[in-house]
Amino acid sequence: MTRYFSRRLVLSLITLWLLATIVFVITNMLPSDVARTILGPFAPQESVDALNQRLGTDRPLIVQYVDQIRKLVTLDFGDSFVSQRAVLPQILDAVGRSAKLAGLALLITIPISIAAGVFAATRRDRKIDRGIVLLGVTSSSIPEFITGTILVVVVGVQLKLLPVLATPPPNADVPTQIRYLLMPAVAMAIVYFGYIARMARAGTIEVLGSDYIRTATMKGLSTTQTMRRHVLRNALIPTVAVIAVQIGYLFGGIIAVEKIFNYNGMGATMLFAAQHKDLPMLTAGVIVIGIVYMVATLGADMITAWMNPRIRLDADR
Amino acid sequence: MIDVTVTPESIAAGPVGPTQTSERSVARRETIKLLLRRPAFIIGNIIVIGWIICAVLGTRITPYDPFNDFGVGHQPPSAEHLFGTDRLGRDVLSRVMVGARDVLIIAPLAALFGVVAGTTLGLIMGFYRGAVDDVLSRIVEAFLALPVILVALLALVVLGTSPIVVIFVVGILFTPIVARTVRSAVLSERQLDYVTAARLRGESGWFILSREIFPNVLGPTVVEMTVRFGYAIFTVATLSFLGVGLQPPSPDWGLSVSEEYSNMIGGIWWSTLFPALAIASTVVAVNLIADSLQSVLNE
Amino acid sequence: MTIDSAPVRPATDVAAAAAPAALRVEDLSLAYIVRGILRPVLRGVSFEIRPGESYGLVGESGCGKSTTAYAAVRYLPRNGRITGGRILVSGNDITKMSDEEVRQFRTRHASMVYQDPGAALNPTTKIGPQVVEAFTILGQSRQQAEESALKALHRVQIADPEAVAQRYPHQLSGGMLQRVVIAIALASDPKLLVLDEPTTGLDATVEASVLDLVRSLQAETNAAVLLIAHNLGVIRTLCDRVGVMYAGKIVEEGDAASVFAQPQHPYTLGLLRSLPRRGIRKSERALSTIPGNLPQIGTDLPTCVFVDRCQLADDLCRTVVPPIVDVGKGQWTRCHHRDRLGEMVEPPSIVGEDTVHGDLALSVDHMSKTFHQSGHDVPALVGVDLQLYDGETLGLVGESGSGKSTLAKTILGIESPDVGSTLELGEHALAAKSSNRPTADKRSIQMVFQNPDSALNRGWTARHILSRSVSKLTGLKGKAVNERVDKLAADLRLTQRHLDLKPRQLSGGLKQRVAIARAFAGDPRIVVADEPTSALDVSVQAAILNLLSELQLKSKTSYLLISHDLGVIRYLADRIAVLYLGRIMEVGDSETVFRGPNHPYTEALLSAVPNVDGEDRRRIILEGEIPSPTNPPTGCVFNTRCPRVIRGLCEVTEPPLIEVEPGHLMSCHIPLEELRRLQRRSADADAPVLTTPGAPEQSDEVAVVTVPTPEDVLLSTPPPPETGATPAPPATPEDEQPPAPGS
Repeated sequence: MTRYFSRRLVLSLITLWLLATIVFVITNMLPSDVARTILGPFAPQESVDALNQRLGTDRPLIVQYVDQIRKLVTLDFGDSFVSQRAVLPQILDAVGRSAKLAGLALLITIPISIAAGVFAATRRDRKIDRGIVLLGVTSSSIPEFITGTILVVVVGVQLKLLPVLATPPPNADVPTQIRYLLMPAVAMAIVYFGYIARMARAGTIEVLGSDYIRTATMKGLSTTQTMRRHVLRNALIPTVAVIAVQIGYLFGGIIAVEKIFNYNGMGATMLFAAQHKDLPMLTAGVIVIGIVYMVATLGADMITAWMNPRIRLDADR
Repeated sequence: MIDVTVTPESIAAGPVGPTQTSERSVARRETIKLLLRRPAFIIGNIIVIGWIICAVLGTRITPYDPFNDFGVGHQPPSAEHLFGTDRLGRDVLSRVMVGARDVLIIAPLAALFGVVAGTTLGLIMGFYRGAVDDVLSRIVEAFLALPVILVALLALVVLGTSPIVVIFVVGILFTPIVARTVRSAVLSERQLDYVTAARLRGESGWFILSREIFPNVLGPTVVEMTVRFGYAIFTVATLSFLGVGLQPPSPDWGLSVSEEYSNMIGGIWWSTLFPALAIASTVVAVNLIADSLQSVLNE
Repeated sequence: MTIDSAPVRPATDVAAAAAPAALRVEDLSLAYIVRGILRPVLRGVSFEIRPGESYGLVGESGCGKSTTAYAAVRYLPRNGRITGGRILVSGNDITKMSDEEVRQFRTRHASMVYQDPGAALNPTTKIGPQVVEAFTILGQSRQQAEESALKALHRVQIADPEAVAQRYPHQLSGGMLQRVVIAIALASDPKLLVLDEPTTGLDATVEASVLDLVRSLQAETNAAVLLIAHNLGVIRTLCDRVGVMYAGKIVEEGDAASVFAQPQHPYTLGLLRSLPRRGIRKSERALSTIPGNLPQIGTDLPTCVFVDRCQLADDLCRTVVPPIVDVGKGQWTRCHHRDRLGEMVEPPSIVGEDTVHGDLALSVDHMSKTFHQSGHDVPALVGVDLQLYDGETLGLVGESGSGKSTLAKTILGIESPDVGSTLELGEHALAAKSSNRPTADKRSIQMVFQNPDSALNRGWTARHILSRSVSKLTGLKGKAVNERVDKLAADLRLTQRHLDLKPRQLSGGLKQRVAIARAFAGDPRIVVADEPTSALDVSVQAAILNLLSELQLKSKTSYLLISHDLGVIRYLADRIAVLYLGRIMEVGDSETVFRGPNHPYTEALLSAVPNVDGEDRRRIILEGEIPSPTNPPTGCVFNTRCPRVIRGLCEVTEPPLIEVEPGHLMSCHIPLEELRRLQRRSADADAPVLTTPGAPEQSDEVAVVTVPTPEDVLLSTPPPPETGATPAPPATPEDEQPPAPGS
């Protein structure tokens, strides 16, 4: 297990390095210089040069690249172009707030979608199964900002059940916070329902058709016993990996949701940075989310290995 | 499966020639027949074709001029303006109808870009394996760790916003996802003995890849193309909503939602809801088609 | 009228007739719903099995035998519907049971063992809990169940139950897993045990031990056994009675011995004659084939189901349902023309006489191949020397993992051998990699694969497949290519119509013919055939084997034939090489090898094969598993499993491969004459023995179990074998470990 883990960890670090490189390439894709991009085409050349010098973007690319990697290693992403303050604390603050929202979304979506997927699999090709599949396809294909909009119109404006803005008053207690976060969380949860339910359904169907379920049935186990002892664990192994991948995407979709609900999280921070061409902030944001994604997939790999003795035992051989 | 097995008795030694094409067209007709039996496929196509018609005919069929016919702002839906008017008094229905155009050009091109590049990459990775695959797989993995919307945001900030850049950025971000799918299809394909047989008669790697393996992974590629088309609409709409996709005065749906959503709290829901539903219907329709294709081709 | 009642069994056995049958299937009809239409699969199947009796169903794939087996435990696919008839287990009709009753029925009365034991156990749960569960469901407490589970594992001759219980399925071998599945199946002491291809995919040596186990356990439990197997030898070894199925109907039934010795239905006769059995060789006769294919499911078959493929069919057969004809001794057949079976003659030999060795075609010297897996060296071939002559067939045998396929791949240039290995085609050296060989060398060595579905590009038509190979290998162009393709097609009895179809539109036999035609595209000097018929039904296999010998006669091509089926090897091969752990144990002329004396490994392999004719043979059980090639035993690599091992010598020195008699090479320390004496002695002994009275230092290692002679069963009224004719001592539980009574 330790060997498996360290191997995975090394691979993750390599991926992270590649990710930083990709981000570096993107930010240097233009032949024109960074300060020009920030200041716009009408700024005088002197101020452009001055900004370039201040940002260090007048140095040779290789030096900048090494600098970027150093930033990754030390997690020091420099100062924001806009606020002139260090980027990392701002990002971590924002990530914390977004994590609340994303966590709530996952908390809602994981149990419901797994239950729906497994249930659909046991009723395969019946009406209820087709219904769940259709619901899954629909829910995962509609962008978060659309579901968010519809929720605001129906639940917030027409029915007035929940606040239309997600930011809770300062020092609000947990139930209040949840009340404020519920609608954006649901908007996100709906998208992930489709992915997770589809995976859980496919995994369950595969396991239900396997020989060892036949063995269990022939032993005389009841359906519930078979599900609990033999189906679920095997069927949900692939779903774990999908959930981890979704955690990365969750931070992509969160931008639009935070805009709709005016929530000051990672998404809003990134959008603000984009509108103001705040490259250090954007770069740091992409890399921090990359790290979150890495940790999530690493966690998923560990859970998968724990669930599947084949990986766990063979990896250390 | 059983139905297509031809038993020797049923095969009369007969003239050759047209049989080959007829066999092939029989198989294709069979696939189409299976597709037409799925309501999801039919509904999906009706919706998509409907929007294509709107996009092509554009202002010729809209009740009002969607761009320059400024009336009274934020009129609720009425007999005159079925979907009401937006903040500048333009007819929402007309704008929604024309709004299909941009996304229906950009999204397929972005999907095509991603599928072509991804398929090429996937074929190479799956077929040559070894060091090539190891290196490319790492890079693909790194790309997959990037949150699509956020990186698009970053890239559009650097490159500036234009339809071409949107196509390019979304296409590139889709490439690794497609590559991964195609790679695994190629990997299972190259395990098969016909690849060994081809090697034993001295075929080049390129021949095996392009003439033997590629036609057999076309099925998953077609499905992937449809799925990517759906996601491209999803992504382009989101980018427009975030203000880095299509730019005013485009009647694009995502952009319309972006311009109007802040008015919802004031009870003006129609100018946001109808473009939003337009996006939802298109993406769902495309995904219904993709889903039917997938299950029919897997049968 | 297509429905007829179940045949009445002659009441020869009063005791058995009094007891209700453990399983009684009455006029069972079953259909699958395919695209909304009911398509009949079983068309009135009737048979019964008494307690303690074992009943085998035989027939080609798709005839409905597995469907019958699954119906007997009411485990049907979602689209399966029972459309008529009853299934009585101990008198209760399971077709009328509620779901809960079915569950109870499965818990207490019926069990099943399947093909592919690797998939039959939950991969994420240890063996222990999976066996325990079979006992807790019976109402035992946790502690009781745990004790019972260990006992059950012990009962299926697992040497160290405690250790096995702690393992996960993927850590055990196929044979071991099948024992675990059997232990689970027998937990409830079921009245009915259904075995669906229980040994398919296992090596012959493992198969033999699993069959022995099932046999002894059945005698112990008095369960009724329903066995499905495509291997008629397995059926013959295990079953008292057999039913021959065709297109969803039983066409003949009777004692296994009588049916296999004196088949009374044209289909049974055809099936048996298509088998390479009784040691026949291509020089003696060609194999019979059954022309045509099984009708598709759902086809309307109003009269005799076999009529379309029957040589004897006439107007009577097409208009009148054949009655059940009782031929005595419990055997019956559904045929109008039982008296005309003699008209079905066996085809004469294609080859005529044994092949005379031609020139040296291929010479393999010091061939070694080492794979590198995660830092370990895995030697798959070690110093193999082998010659192949023009026009001959060299059969390659050995258990899985013995290096047969690796040898084939290195010869073909798919895998590069280790440095120091040499490979010569005729007079010149061959490049290690196929891609480095000139076209002339490529066309000289071609291959026929096991599975034609995988070997043929599913996107190409047969014509495209063949013409590409022809033009690539021969350099022919245009019209000449088409002519060559037509000639190949004619040689393989493929019509122009076949050539225009894609693989999925062709039956398995036709696909394999296309694959063979492709191998012959450039008039090869050598064709490597890796299990060319193991994916095919026996009647199709017969046609392929006939074609292969015919082609060889015409073209003087040499074959390197890999097969796990020793009948096929014996029929086709002129010489045989036996591999174990990547080393050659024995090489010799086919007849010499089959006559013996043999290397002890070959002896064990030969004895393990379940024989259709049930000859009186002694079975040598090989102990333990094949050692890991990563860490092979010292001295002779076979010493850890050898029943005739000489302690102090075999584990120290590796015996060289030497010529023990003209044309017969062996790698064994025991002199030929001593082997001859030992092997004759064990063959002559008529009493069941556990150990051969040989040299005392060897005797304690030999575990020999007799297979009951079917001829006994043939004589007069057959007593139920489980009470009378089975002198076989219960296989020793120490089977997995050498018993050491003398030491």
